[in-house]
Amino acid sequence: MDMEKNKTSLMKVFMNYSVPLLFMVICLIGVYASKLNAVYILNEISVRLSRNLFMVLALIIPVIAGMGLNFAIVIGAMAGQIGLITVKIFDIGGFPGFLMAVLFATPFALLFGYGTGLILNKTKGKEMITSLMLGYFANGLYQLVFLTFMGTIIPVDNPEIILSGGVGLKNALDLKLIQYAVDNLFRPNIMGVKVPVVTLLLVAALCFVIKFLVKTKLGQDFRALGQDINIAEVSGIKTDRIRLIAITISTVLAAWGQVIFLQNIGTLNTYNSHEQVGMFAIAALLVGGASVTKATISEAIVGTLLFHTLFIVSPFAGKNLFGDAQIGEYFRSFIAYGVIAVSLVLHAWQKYMNARNREKLE
Amino acid sequence: MEENYVLKLKNVSKEYFGNKVLKEVNLNVKAGEIHALVGENGAGKSTLMNILFGMPVIHNTGGYTGEIIFEGKKAEIMTPNNALALGIGMVHQEFMLLPGFTITENIKLNREITKQNAISRILGDSLKSLDIEAMRKDSQAALKKLGMNIDDWVPIAGLPVGYMQFVEIAREIDKKNIKLLVFDEPTAVLAESEAEKLLDTMRNLSANGIAILFITHRLDEVLAVADSITIMRDGEQVSEMKRKDATLAKIAQIMVGRKIERVVHEARKYENNGEIVMSIRNLSVDMPGEIVKSIDMEIRKGEILGIGGLAGQGKIGIANGIMGLYKAYGEVYIGNTRLELNNPRKAIESGLAFVSEYRRGVGLLLDTSIEMNIVISSMQIQNRFLKGLFGLKMISLKDDRKIREWAMKMIKDLDIRCTGPDQLARRLSGGNQQKVCIARALTLEPEILFVSEPTRGIDIGAKKLVLDLLVKLNKELGMTIVMTSSELGELRSISDRIAIVYDGKLEGILAPTDSDVDFGLMMAGEYRSKEVV
Repeated sequence: MDMEKNKTSLMKVFMNYSVPLLFMVICLIGVYASKLNAVYILNEISVRLSRNLFMVLALIIPVIAGMGLNFAIVIGAMAGQIGLITVKIFDIGGFPGFLMAVLFATPFALLFGYGTGLILNKTKGKEMITSLMLGYFANGLYQLVFLTFMGTIIPVDNPEIILSGGVGLKNALDLKLIQYAVDNLFRPNIMGVKVPVVTLLLVAALCFVIKFLVKTKLGQDFRALGQDINIAEVSGIKTDRIRLIAITISTVLAAWGQVIFLQNIGTLNTYNSHEQVGMFAIAALLVGGASVTKATISEAIVGTLLFHTLFIVSPFAGKNLFGDAQIGEYFRSFIAYGVIAVSLVLHAWQKYMNARNREKLE
Repeated sequence: MEENYVLKLKNVSKEYFGNKVLKEVNLNVKAGEIHALVGENGAGKSTLMNILFGMPVIHNTGGYTGEIIFEGKKAEIMTPNNALALGIGMVHQEFMLLPGFTITENIKLNREITKQNAISRILGDSLKSLDIEAMRKDSQAALKKLGMNIDDWVPIAGLPVGYMQFVEIAREIDKKNIKLLVFDEPTAVLAESEAEKLLDTMRNLSANGIAILFITHRLDEVLAVADSITIMRDGEQVSEMKRKDATLAKIAQIMVGRKIERVVHEARKYENNGEIVMSIRNLSVDMPGEIVKSIDMEIRKGEILGIGGLAGQGKIGIANGIMGLYKAYGEVYIGNTRLELNNPRKAIESGLAFVSEYRRGVGLLLDTSIEMNIVISSMQIQNRFLKGLFGLKMISLKDDRKIREWAMKMIKDLDIRCTGPDQLARRLSGGNQQKVCIARALTLEPEILFVSEPTRGIDIGAKKLVLDLLVKLNKELGMTIVMTSSELGELRSISDRIAIVYDGKLEGILAPTDSDVDFGLMMAGEYRSKEVV
């Protein structure tokens, strides 16, 4: 009897961590096949963790509040880019430039987050598809503003960033002026690995903020909503307001995350940089073992680590195994979208099974 | 008369869109007493409670008239929060508990004890930290008061149902100013021993000065704990009595007693003759909230069989089970052929048709036209109202002309009030929606028509029309009709025989002319015990 129990609980642990475990195995195989040296991989990991983790963490609060995976962080990323574009126009460089970008981005993010929240409150239960579509819709508006308003309604006369016709932003903006503004503040070389300490500290700070938030009254309300919005409502929790707060926080964090991301990259692909942000951040979170209804900080960290390790090694592994780096490239796209699809299907299936079990119980 | 009343309702009336659901109800609850409120479904108990709790549904529909006097003062209860502030608590019938939260977190839901921290001083109260220790202490105290010995930091999910009920109660008594506690059918989901314990707890609470309003349909429990009893029927308070004056039979009679109008025809005696068109053997149905436990029944050709009983006892489950909408076990024979259960298509093909109690969900395609609603089942199952594309049978299209013709006929025959056959079903009134549902069932040309709650949610005038229609179908077409209804009055007005279901089992079959006492006792599950005495 006890043996049986042990067995099932071991199975349970295995089931609970099946996704990260699977990816760990794939990563190890990839690392081995890529034949890269450890220092190179560690360097890449430290860079990627510091620049991507912030965005992944931005997803956690909406999940806790029962709103699912917030595909609309794309909109937050756009706010971040607005901040960066402003900094570029005013030509403010270095760490002050970074701070100014964050400062300019925040009011836009607050506004966008609030708007997203209002719409999601009208589409309860379908938050994920709505936020995904909202992202696409916002992309259209973004293009409208930066492709046709720049140089016409918004008077900007700077040949370095405006297209040669005088209207619209260029495809790629050089952000050299604030590149590594945070990363290089303090970047000691530890056994060949250059660690962007300040950026990682920012990420760590966010982790603590989220941890703190969850333990407050507001966090308790988030969790209550995540469990059952009707009961939360009956208990007198102002559910619509709490949902607005959750999505606004997420959007603002996404804006900041995008600024951190691009200060590392150093180039803004005006019309593309934000596009894949949502998908990749969500895929990373899911790889860590999170689901549509449950996400923790450690899942975000583990997920980002595994997902990006895969990113680092897969082109090399592809080249070594198949003689073509492109195959590795395909593989990682496949992983990114595949993991989202599988996770959503699993979620739907679980929901279905739960409903069925409940029916049986009754 | 100057007794210490905690709650007095004076002449409370409520209308929903001109439909009077409460008529000048008075209710007086003394401090520290257990006051039972009994009545059939639809008697107005829940509307009364909604008023007491300031539920939005009341104030969105024009409010109520009359006075609520709480502790001697006139109270305006506009929102649930007002009610809470006054000290009125409710133990819900369905548990309002979050499964993933611990017992403490549930007890303190949205009433968490918080303490300041550096950040909340700047950014406001919602960022205060939770004082888990203080919360746990309070919860433990509340649980102790109920005699519960259980770790307060385990999640609700996985607790036995009985425990959940007690957590609900603990939450209410943890509210420090609680003066009146409403129990809404608290024992409905409990096992007998748990129910015993609950009743003990209620006695305890009332001994501590908390008044209890006990809504139930288990009359034996009323007699066991109540100090006084208010009986409601059809939105009116029909009786108030002390326990010493009450007997089971008396309550039962007052609860269901009303003048019975046999609207149409005399009850026909089918007791020993009449061909049996359907026999049901050991039918069990897993319908959540309406479980059927092994029922045997016969349906005779050409009769109107009523199925009655209180909500949640399983009467609804019978038709749903036979029609394959919920998992069913057992045997159902139509004539001599056995019906394949759990297969709605087979059920319809075998000459059964069903008008669901869940009109707006199962019954209608709300955003589809009336005519499509009428023919859709027949189209899908009997391949009628179809025509081939250029005469090709393989590709069938809907036959708009035939559909329109038939829909016009049904609209005329059933007197469906609409702007035309292409009006959306959503736009119709409840009574006309019901007629569309019946029209669809008729289109299937069934041998046996199952109708569930045909008059639920439709106004009084339309109710009569629907009932008349059923009688007409029965008389003129000889259709066998099985009508399930919570309204005993309507069952007694048109049925030939009435089967009463209690606790998922057939309690008995009565003639519509049998006495109120018998009906009352059967619905309360006390009929057999009476016979023993």
